[in-house]
Amino acid sequence: MNRVVVTGLGCITPIGSSVSAFRDALFTGGSGISPIVNVPDAPDGNPGVRYTQAAQVFDFDPTEHLESGVITATNRNTQFAIVAARQASEQSGLLNHHNAGDIAVIMGCACGGRSSEESEVKNLYTRNARAHPLTIVRTMSSAGASNISIDLKITGPTLDISTACASATHAIGLAFHMVRSGMVTAALTGGHEAPLSWGFYRAWDSMRVVSPSKCRPFAADRDGMTLGEGAAMLVIETLESAMARNAPIYAEVVGFGMSADANHITQPQAHGASAAMRKALADAQAAPEEVGYINAHGTGTQANDATEAAAIHQVFGERTAHIPISSTKALHGHSIGASGALEALATTVALHEGRLPQTAGVSNPDTSLNLDIITGEPRPTGPTLALSNSLAFGGLNAVIALRTWRNPG
Amino acid sequence: MDDIAQRCISIIAKAKNIPADTITLDTTFEELNVDSLDKINISFEVEEAFEIAIPDDALGSLKTVGDVVRGVEQLVATKAS
Repeated sequence: MNRVVVTGLGCITPIGSSVSAFRDALFTGGSGISPIVNVPDAPDGNPGVRYTQAAQVFDFDPTEHLESGVITATNRNTQFAIVAARQASEQSGLLNHHNAGDIAVIMGCACGGRSSEESEVKNLYTRNARAHPLTIVRTMSSAGASNISIDLKITGPTLDISTACASATHAIGLAFHMVRSGMVTAALTGGHEAPLSWGFYRAWDSMRVVSPSKCRPFAADRDGMTLGEGAAMLVIETLESAMARNAPIYAEVVGFGMSADANHITQPQAHGASAAMRKALADAQAAPEEVGYINAHGTGTQANDATEAAAIHQVFGERTAHIPISSTKALHGHSIGASGALEALATTVALHEGRLPQTAGVSNPDTSLNLDIITGEPRPTGPTLALSNSLAFGGLNAVIALRTWRNPG
Repeated sequence: MDDIAQRCISIIAKAKNIPADTITLDTTFEELNVDSLDKINISFEVEEAFEIAIPDDALGSLKTVGDVVRGVEQLVATKAS
């Protein structure tokens, strides 16, 4: 089996539309959460919900990157996807060194072109208007994967995975297995979402899980999640190809585990999450003692954070209190299907730099969880093994394991 | 050039993101690199602008900008009568 490494990174996120900007915000705690503005179709741009904050991308102008025909035929999430994929591809030099048919494009996106769909439905329901002829291609969830393949002329296996908040982690894990097995020599993988539409805001409001203030994962006074948008992409490839072409290596992908709670559509179960973490470790042929960082799903809801903490205790036992943990959702919000990709990017950057990001804005961790939550400042780390958890509604769990890369000799 | 022609050219120019003054009635869709998706898109915008319905079988026979304008003129006249 091939060893698999990360050789390219790209992102459009609420904390930066380049990897260097994302990295700076990650370590300075520069939050991308801010007052909700300009919600399309909502009266005065105001969604009329109990919460006021979201993690929005403000510095993205598609006309700076894409031809008008592509802009017309795509929703914002796909535009994020194309641009982030270009960044990762260019950084890695992917296309100059792999056959187009030996590269996979494996994306996570659960919400598709939601805002385009809502606009058309609004026009239909309010004035019996005809739907724009590009509605279908704008709204299909696989549009991001398709447009990346078209834009970069990649002809290998290309698909979208939709598993709610675990979509991108499932995507990265599957891409990792495809490269490891030799089905392809490289993959562009990650996730993208731009779901912040009026109806989306209102639907989440009704679920009563969004923080009226700001997401504070694992804090004693946590009161919910903060919705977000964005895209993050990784280029992964065989270690052999990366070494042969002297590519930059940011981390090694070593394991992937997944499970289903098979219990409840919203209430998470610790046994499901712990099973996914154990499977990721087994897949990595690693012992729990090797884990030196967990990038938690950490949504900031009472239910998620308590259940995730219980799951971590199930896997790591007495050592749990000594494993540094953070949730970067405090910075970039919860971008649903893309979230796992933003967190995989954060984990990769953390391992590459030997610094673990803090859970920004949290000064009073919930001591009853008995976890080592990183607060205040980033924490230095030596080479280590990290897990990135994604625990989705519907009980779908995905965990990837990444290791610090050190050049031999 | 009459109003219908001007408006059709303006719609096509916008759809292809090119200056309207580069388009004449003799310009072909092939020259403008109009693909099947562009054609559907342009037809939709033309239908919205003139409040007409272009029949499916008419779409395939449109080869030039002039074809579009003549078709619209006919449909607008039919609507008025």
